[in-house]
Amino acid sequence: MTKFDENRIVYREVVKAGDPWMHEVKAGQYFRIVDLEGNQAVDTLFYNAADQAERYSATDTIREQGKIYLTTGSELMSNRGNKMLTIVDDTCGRHDTIGGACSAESNTVRYAIEKRHMHSCRDSFLMALGSCSCNHGKTMKKEDLSSNINFFMNVPVSPDGHLDFDDGISAPGRYVEMKADMDVLVLVSNCPQLNNPCNGYNPTPVEMIIWE
Amino acid sequence: MPEAPSYNGFVWKELIPAGAHWSGVIRRGTLLRMTDLQGGANVSMLINNLEVKNERYNMPDTLKAQKTAFLTTPNMCFSDMGRVMCSVIADTCGWHDTIGGLSNASMLQKKYGTKTYQEAHNDYFKNGHDSLINELEKWGLNESDIMPNLNWFSKVRVEDDGTMTFVENNSAAGDYVDLRFEMDCIVCLSTAQHPMDPSPEYNPKPVELSVYEAMKVEQDDPCRLHRGENERAYYNTKVFYGENPND
Repeated sequence: MTKFDENRIVYREVVKAGDPWMHEVKAGQYFRIVDLEGNQAVDTLFYNAADQAERYSATDTIREQGKIYLTTGSELMSNRGNKMLTIVDDTCGRHDTIGGACSAESNTVRYAIEKRHMHSCRDSFLMALGSCSCNHGKTMKKEDLSSNINFFMNVPVSPDGHLDFDDGISAPGRYVEMKADMDVLVLVSNCPQLNNPCNGYNPTPVEMIIWE
Repeated sequence: MPEAPSYNGFVWKELIPAGAHWSGVIRRGTLLRMTDLQGGANVSMLINNLEVKNERYNMPDTLKAQKTAFLTTPNMCFSDMGRVMCSVIADTCGWHDTIGGLSNASMLQKKYGTKTYQEAHNDYFKNGHDSLINELEKWGLNESDIMPNLNWFSKVRVEDDGTMTFVENNSAAGDYVDLRFEMDCIVCLSTAQHPMDPSPEYNPKPVELSVYEAMKVEQDDPCRLHRGENERAYYNTKVFYGENPND
């Protein structure tokens, strides 16, 4: 594996707690997400930059690797069965991709009807998609929100079928790194959820690094 | 196996052949029974709201709200808008998958080779992904509506290390699952084999759909009472239909 080299960084930005982020990663580039303060869920979608109808698929990814958790070696697959990115380094250990993303509406179901007005990942996604020119000069829409990855999030499933949102297994400075197998558009919500342990009840910034 | 409960108000039934695809509207207040006629069936399903079509079945919201990785009674299927699309009110099978996804063309090619229409007429090999796109298109929906789907009658167990295991013989001949629809929905389905079905043969199975009028949903309905999350999603559904949500 190519060794990380500060001199080869082409992009570096800290995404504040609760903010959306969208950026393109070119085929062959490395994309690193750093959990700066620990236990911060990073809800992430990937699109083929040349054709957004091709996008990350959680079910295809987990079935093809035969495991529900993502870590080093996981190939992130598209809805058309193509490899989009490969996880090449991971100091956290495992990441979730069946937990979805929070929304105002799911907040009403999971916590209380009055929680509708708390900031949520889907609101971040919709703000980013609705104001971008990411779809050949046009915006993208709610129906383009497909399945996502939750980097640094811990959603264990047991053989009897129990599923839960557990305390995170990440820590300050841990990172996950992917190598892009195609030009991809990355859409992130740095999760603002305050009602469950996915962010340790305290959303914090993360750092995005792209290097060659 | 318990005797299938019989419902009053039979409306219609239809045989869905092995490997076929189907779509239609199932209305709020009706009950859809799916029966595995031969055992080993799989029904890959997507559900969209008939009126607001970009409201659709959401696997993560369904699972995390009910702290489960599979579906059976008294689970509800939630949309991405915090509402209940349908409730599992009876189930002789006990486990229905929603994390395994869909079979696709290249998977079928690798597992079973090809059989074209020219070779086999209507017995040509069909996969879940392309079959569901075919049905979605009829309603103005498209590839972007292929979301994590339901796989009725199939079981995928997750081991402690995350390994996914397809459990064979989950469903026997005569097993059925009853879905009470709580919204007017577009239901698209395919009876293609489950993508993790280890059978080396292309041998999908038929199912029967039968639709009945559902009984009134009472406040002590087991699906509503299952969890606070279920009652709140049901509350949101009643608000959507302009009904008193506290009934």
